[in-house]
Amino acid sequence: MSFLTVIDFSSLLQYLITGLTLGSIYGMTALGFTIILNSTGVINFAQGEFVMLGGMMSVYFMTALGLTEPVAVVLAVLGTTVIGALVERLAIRPVRQSPAINLVIITIGVSILIRGLVMFFWGKDTHVLQSFSGDTPIMFLGAAIMPQALWVLGVSAFLLVGFKFFFSKTLHGKAMLACSFDVKAASLVGIGVERMVLLSFMISAFVGAVGGVILAPITMTSYDVGVLLGLKGFAACILGGLGNPFGAAAGGIVLGILESLGAGFISSAYKDALAFVILLILLFAKPSGLFGQKDSKRV
Amino acid sequence: MSVSYRKDMFWLAGLFIVLMLTPTILPNNYYLTIMILGCLHAMIAVGLCLLVGHAGQISLGHAGFYGLAAYTSAYLSTTWGLPVELSMLAGVVLTVVVSILVGMPSLKLKGHYLAMATLGFGIILSILFTETVDITGGPSGFVGIPRLSLAGFELHRDVDIFRVVAILLCLLVWLCFNVLHSRMGRALRALHTSDQAAQAMGIDVARHKLFVFVLSAGFAGLAGVLYAHYLTFIAPASFGFMFSVELMVMVVLGGMVSVPGAIIGAFFITILPELLRAFEDIEIILFGLILVVCMIFLPDGLAGGSARLWAWVKTKLALGCSRG
Repeated sequence: MSFLTVIDFSSLLQYLITGLTLGSIYGMTALGFTIILNSTGVINFAQGEFVMLGGMMSVYFMTALGLTEPVAVVLAVLGTTVIGALVERLAIRPVRQSPAINLVIITIGVSILIRGLVMFFWGKDTHVLQSFSGDTPIMFLGAAIMPQALWVLGVSAFLLVGFKFFFSKTLHGKAMLACSFDVKAASLVGIGVERMVLLSFMISAFVGAVGGVILAPITMTSYDVGVLLGLKGFAACILGGLGNPFGAAAGGIVLGILESLGAGFISSAYKDALAFVILLILLFAKPSGLFGQKDSKRV
Repeated sequence: MSVSYRKDMFWLAGLFIVLMLTPTILPNNYYLTIMILGCLHAMIAVGLCLLVGHAGQISLGHAGFYGLAAYTSAYLSTTWGLPVELSMLAGVVLTVVVSILVGMPSLKLKGHYLAMATLGFGIILSILFTETVDITGGPSGFVGIPRLSLAGFELHRDVDIFRVVAILLCLLVWLCFNVLHSRMGRALRALHTSDQAAQAMGIDVARHKLFVFVLSAGFAGLAGVLYAHYLTFIAPASFGFMFSVELMVMVVLGGMVSVPGAIIGAFFITILPELLRAFEDIEIILFGLILVVCMIFLPDGLAGGSARLWAWVKTKLALGCSRG
């Protein structure tokens, strides 16, 4: 396809919906990145692995343990949340005082470890998870919408509203927000910073796993899907402006739509390259992300 | 000449002697291949050590520079039939030029944003290596690259290539030490602490950042062309995002600011998977585990860790002597 393809409305709508669906997952991954970043100042390279674990665990629980899909999915999300807590307890907490770069390398090690374990125990095969409510597309203004896409959009919207409530109304949410502004000040007003870090890893793993579970029926899942998803999630974070959870979610959606339009109208081989080119241009034009505030620092 | 400079030179002499003696100890070519790759990785790692450890500027795109140089030289020498020396030079020069073009806008960014910009650049390059099948051979790789030759003599034996690569590594390390002990090196460390403070001291921040970025990209380019003409086969998988991450791991594992540490880190990360190969299926699990354990227990890297071990052994020995 080339630039000259006549852009008709229904295919544009189709690409937009695909992009929105994919973008929601990127946004959720980005949300996970942001939550850990805010409490620790560290980019968690294992975030993509949480997404992968959500999908792979559901598949495992269904095929090996014979559970029904809803039960398997809930167990997978809970299981990943526990793993998130374990990662924080075993790999991050013992070295909390180390420089950020060391912690980043540790999360890289953890992601290699998780990938290796999944590959060893569950193999290298690609798995499919069944769509939650059938595969009959819904026709809407000439575009076909898969029911699973509606699940993705619905769950992401629900989670976003949930987080908005969590961060603005609950004590724990406000405490986490305080940590993201200034860890020392937060601990001075009596917030248990260590507990908040643990909580942030659990929430990130939870969001990641939810994303992985609802994505698995659309794109299939295997032990190594986490790497690229992690990268896209990180890109979404940057696009939205680091540290702002809702900017991150919006960044994900922008990235997903860019990618889908690029694949549809220009070239599917270069869709990722295209998304990154646009990302770089945006970065150079607006160095603190689309929704980030320009931070001024006292010298 | 300062004491620390003399110490560094002693270290360099030691490295040179060890590298020159290595081929005599190694039983066969397989080990030599690993050592050659170790040297190439070490070249990139020392450059990154200057960039990341000293100037405090992160890069997750150096695998792209490595690949760009390798593919350029492979294309010029194989498809165009240029002499190997000339295409290698062209590969390094192109890498340097590209790094200037990438560095100028990117280095205005800070921290995670800079990481993202370099990462994005690396990914764009690796997609190009895979998709421009006519030029690069695509995912199945570029075959039939002529072997390394110097002044018209082709280096048939791996030992000869190893010696060339080892000598070049030593030269780069010497260059690094000299940069670090110069006015430039002090300026870079000032940048690391604070851009603003460095600027207030009259340091041209943008130019210094660009210099060290281009220098490290040039090192990666040199390693890349050597890699292409040593293996005579290259594939995009060697120049992906994971390799950029591995390069960063080498530097951090080496203790960030230590040039010898970066070299040790590079050899460690190159040799470790080969050692673990015997464990087959759990190889990657062990690799991840060792990485995490190293970072937890050796927060200042392998170099710092071995220094502390040495100090511990010395006190024990001293105790033993005083008792005996």
